[in-house]
Amino acid sequence: MERGNMQKGIRIISPCGILGYGFPKEPFIKAFEQRIHGIVVDAGSTDAGPHKLGANVSIVSRFALKKDLFIILEKGLAQRIPVIVGSSGGAGAKTHVELTLEVVKEILAEQNKHAKIGIIWADFKQQTIINALEEGRITPLSPNIPDLTKEKILDTKTIVAQMGHEPILKALKQGCDIILCGRSYDPSPFAALGIYHGMDAGLAYHLGKILECGALCAEPGTTKDSILGTLYEDSFTVQALNPIRKCTPTSVAAHTFYEKEHPFMLHGPGFTLNLENCEFNEIADGIIEVRNSQYIADKEVRIKLEGARKVAYRTFVIAGIRDPLLIERLEEVEHEVREQVKSYFAEISEEDYQVNFYHYGKDAVLGEQEPSPFTGHEIGVMFEVLAKEQELANAICANVRSTFLHYGYEGRKSSAGNLAFPFAPSDVEFGPVYEFSIYHLMKITRDPFLLEVVEV
Amino acid sequence: MRVKLVEKAKILRSKNAGPFEITLDVLFDSKKDYEEVKGSDVITKEKIAEIYNLSIEDIHHLVYFDQALGIKITIARKISSGSPGDRDVYGAQQHAPLMNLEL
Repeated sequence: MERGNMQKGIRIISPCGILGYGFPKEPFIKAFEQRIHGIVVDAGSTDAGPHKLGANVSIVSRFALKKDLFIILEKGLAQRIPVIVGSSGGAGAKTHVELTLEVVKEILAEQNKHAKIGIIWADFKQQTIINALEEGRITPLSPNIPDLTKEKILDTKTIVAQMGHEPILKALKQGCDIILCGRSYDPSPFAALGIYHGMDAGLAYHLGKILECGALCAEPGTTKDSILGTLYEDSFTVQALNPIRKCTPTSVAAHTFYEKEHPFMLHGPGFTLNLENCEFNEIADGIIEVRNSQYIADKEVRIKLEGARKVAYRTFVIAGIRDPLLIERLEEVEHEVREQVKSYFAEISEEDYQVNFYHYGKDAVLGEQEPSPFTGHEIGVMFEVLAKEQELANAICANVRSTFLHYGYEGRKSSAGNLAFPFAPSDVEFGPVYEFSIYHLMKITRDPFLLEVVEV
Repeated sequence: MRVKLVEKAKILRSKNAGPFEITLDVLFDSKKDYEEVKGSDVITKEKIAEIYNLSIEDIHHLVYFDQALGIKITIARKISSGSPGDRDVYGAQQHAPLMNLEL
């Protein structure tokens, strides 16, 4: 830790909203004309659904991951400042962290560099969660989340939890050049760097919340560009690095809002951020100053668990319908198709599969919540079959497709076929489908995240 | 004709707040518009429940945040993000019904 930081400020660059989304190199490089204390980048999100965690795959391609990391590591190592990756590989489980580590090692070899790498694992064993459940330490995150059961835990192959700043701080104190975090609360890696330099936790976490999406807090907003945050003793500032964008008090305040359930009470691992009394002021052209972010430590520390389990296999078809006579009675026809399919597959239990129809152009996005009446002249129909096995999904979907294609509904004039397929073959084998089976809080009494340090 | 919310709002968006909730943000760029909407009492839990076909318990939060000139409404997802039957994995297109709310 250096003396005098309080006055000068701690500068953190976030190159992009998700590692591998890409960012223009020039504004990023130009930022280093002033002293920068760390490069922190978030790699994770649950936005893309449970599949990444369940199937152990990444959000971005290996190519994109390497391309971004190459630039970041080159700059970070040359400047001798820490590079921290939050929620490595997207979902932040073991496979995701290992992939990131492998790419880091590859880059170091290519750049002929050595580094001390801190790896923080966020994986949890099923038995650990079962024990916590039996001890009454597990609660659902919101009232509409079903209670956790032992059976569900055993069905969930990969379980992670979101870390706070504590294990990352430990890695910084051990002098790591590169820190690869498993699943993290998105602002934690940013907060850790600020706290390491003696800054206020409330301001550090609030800044992290704003920086973790890259330049999304600027106008025009994007996750694919760099943003600079500076922490001072009693405030922080945010500014865009690319001259084509600019932060405003509204854009920064609005981003504080983003993808959180409450506008000013933000719950993190072991604390609540109260941002009710924050002030957002433009102190110089495009430099937004924020004050009064308040960190309130929780009496009991709870971390957020995430787990995804496989629930079915999917096969789907996309087709267009242009015939007004069919459009008029589409739901009725689909009901009939469903009945015919059910009777053909009489030997298969109805619990082993489901058929769903989506009508793009009518109500596919909102479903039964769609308030507007249909007024179009064509509908994009997507139908899917979800079944216990992939082969069963394929077989049932083929039957739904052929039944639907030729179904002779009442009043039909187009007796040659009901569906316009854009592709041949029409049926797409999707593979496994997952659900978030665990999205619960777990009470803990000590930091459960393991730090491993390797020198490469 | 009465003014619709979309005409007053600078930003009107929806997004997942975790996989089990969707959060609707309405942000204004003038204090006057914000105060007008806030004072009109048109946006209530009952109204949101009605337009989204939900029960009152499914409206988890409805909060005005003066500093940001914004209103945040967080509702329960009937089906969690990406699970069988979900229609909007990111929850990014669930704001449309709110746009037509008449003030």
